[in-house]
Amino acid sequence: MNNFRIIKSTFRQSFKSMWRNRGMGLASISSISAVLIILGFVLVLIMSINALVVDVQSKFDEVEIFLKEDITEENKKLIEDFAQNEDGIKSIEYISQEKALEILKKDWGEEADLLEGVTTLPDSYKIKIIDIQNTDKIVEKINDIEGIDKIKYHKDIIDKLKVFAKYIRFGGIIVIAVLIAISVFIISNTIKLTVASRRREIGIMKYIGATNSYIKTPFVLEGVLFGIVAAIMSILIVYFGYGYLFDLINGKLSVLYSIMLVPPETILKDISIMFLVIGSGIGALGSIISMKKYLNV
Amino acid sequence: MIKLVNISKEYKSGVKALTDINLHIHKGEFVYIVGESGAGKSTLIKLLLKEEAPTSGEMYINGVNVTKVNNRRIPYIRRNLGVVFQDFRLLNNKTVYENIAFAMEILGADPKDIRRRVPVVLNRVDLSRKSSSFPEQLSGGEQQRVSIARAIVNNPPILLADEPTGNLDPDNGLEIMKILNDINARGTTVIMATHAKEIVDNLRRRVIQLKDGVIVRDQKRGGYDE
Repeated sequence: MNNFRIIKSTFRQSFKSMWRNRGMGLASISSISAVLIILGFVLVLIMSINALVVDVQSKFDEVEIFLKEDITEENKKLIEDFAQNEDGIKSIEYISQEKALEILKKDWGEEADLLEGVTTLPDSYKIKIIDIQNTDKIVEKINDIEGIDKIKYHKDIIDKLKVFAKYIRFGGIIVIAVLIAISVFIISNTIKLTVASRRREIGIMKYIGATNSYIKTPFVLEGVLFGIVAAIMSILIVYFGYGYLFDLINGKLSVLYSIMLVPPETILKDISIMFLVIGSGIGALGSIISMKKYLNV
Repeated sequence: MIKLVNISKEYKSGVKALTDINLHIHKGEFVYIVGESGAGKSTLIKLLLKEEAPTSGEMYINGVNVTKVNNRRIPYIRRNLGVVFQDFRLLNNKTVYENIAFAMEILGADPKDIRRRVPVVLNRVDLSRKSSSFPEQLSGGEQQRVSIARAIVNNPPILLADEPTGNLDPDNGLEIMKILNDINARGTTVIMATHAKEIVDNLRRRVIQLKDGVIVRDQKRGGYDE
């Protein structure tokens, strides 16, 4: 008994069988490719939306803390110390009444005259949060300090964004799961045809004393090879297809601030790994399912 | 070598194929299993091949209780049994040589051993000249000889033949019987299910006769009929 020899003869058999059934093989490869290509574009969509969410989030990472007039220096110190020691805070900036007025004037531009004589602006701190998910927690902690009038941050927008991002991810996962299930079904049916056409051979092998894994492995290998070929094709199609689309959209629409597409180069590695894993996984799973019926001789 | 103790087989359809079979076949024996169609011969063969599991009773092959074994073990049990079928069951896309070598490849045999062993068995079934022919280019008798060569190439202790002469004319049938007899003379236990009265009557061996799933006769050097 020599395992290496068994492996060698197994490989030889898969290649022979693939060549013999190349029409069917082409059908399998096309069906896996179709699924992977759709998957690729769904992924690009999700990644682009994710990038958009991250970008928008970064613009809402500011929290303004307005102070009461009678706040003690001790409490101010408390806020500053807290900000310095809290890991989730990127920076803190003190904005005095005067500075606030200046900023306001700059914002209002020509109408700044209207602000003459305004003296009721409160002192404030402006802090930047590293991870926007933690905003609520940090705000809650700061709120415990005495002398704070109110804390302003873009809670609504952030919450809506979070929900939006969640739905997109969730929807993406469902779409991908359905696509994978469909392609497993397609490949299992294609390989079932191959298996059925070799039913007699499988029966004979079983009588001679071949183990199930000896019989199964060439078919599984065949499925995996289909998956890998399909993955390579899909990677090329998605990479170049999306690259073309990316140039087209960016060339014409880059003026629009809100378009945030992920550049093709950044997705190449992720998509390659993902396609190879999913493609060969689909192939293997498909053939395992298709073999089930025929192995109980 | 083979021992069946109170073996019964009832199919899911309710058909009682075998009832209370007790059988002991010794090493080196040549045994005919005779009986009309539906007497239980095929079921008995299927049980021995572990293609079907008995409903009750115990079964031993080579001293090992194989009544209830894990599906994974079945291939290893089958390696004790060379099988020959009425319809030959050769792979038509492989040559005679490849068909026989294939049975060794499956067990992971050394290519050197394969190259040495295949010609030996081909010679034993007198087919050395047809080594590179395809099964469809051979006569029925020749095909059956290939299938015998394949069955014995791994030196199994038992050879199971299910109607090996059923598809052949008397001359070719006789040729096959000579080969089986020769294999038996070299120490292999041969179990042969058959309908061929002339063969059983001419080459007298132990006869086990089945009727309606029961052994009605177990006779040394018996004829086809009582």
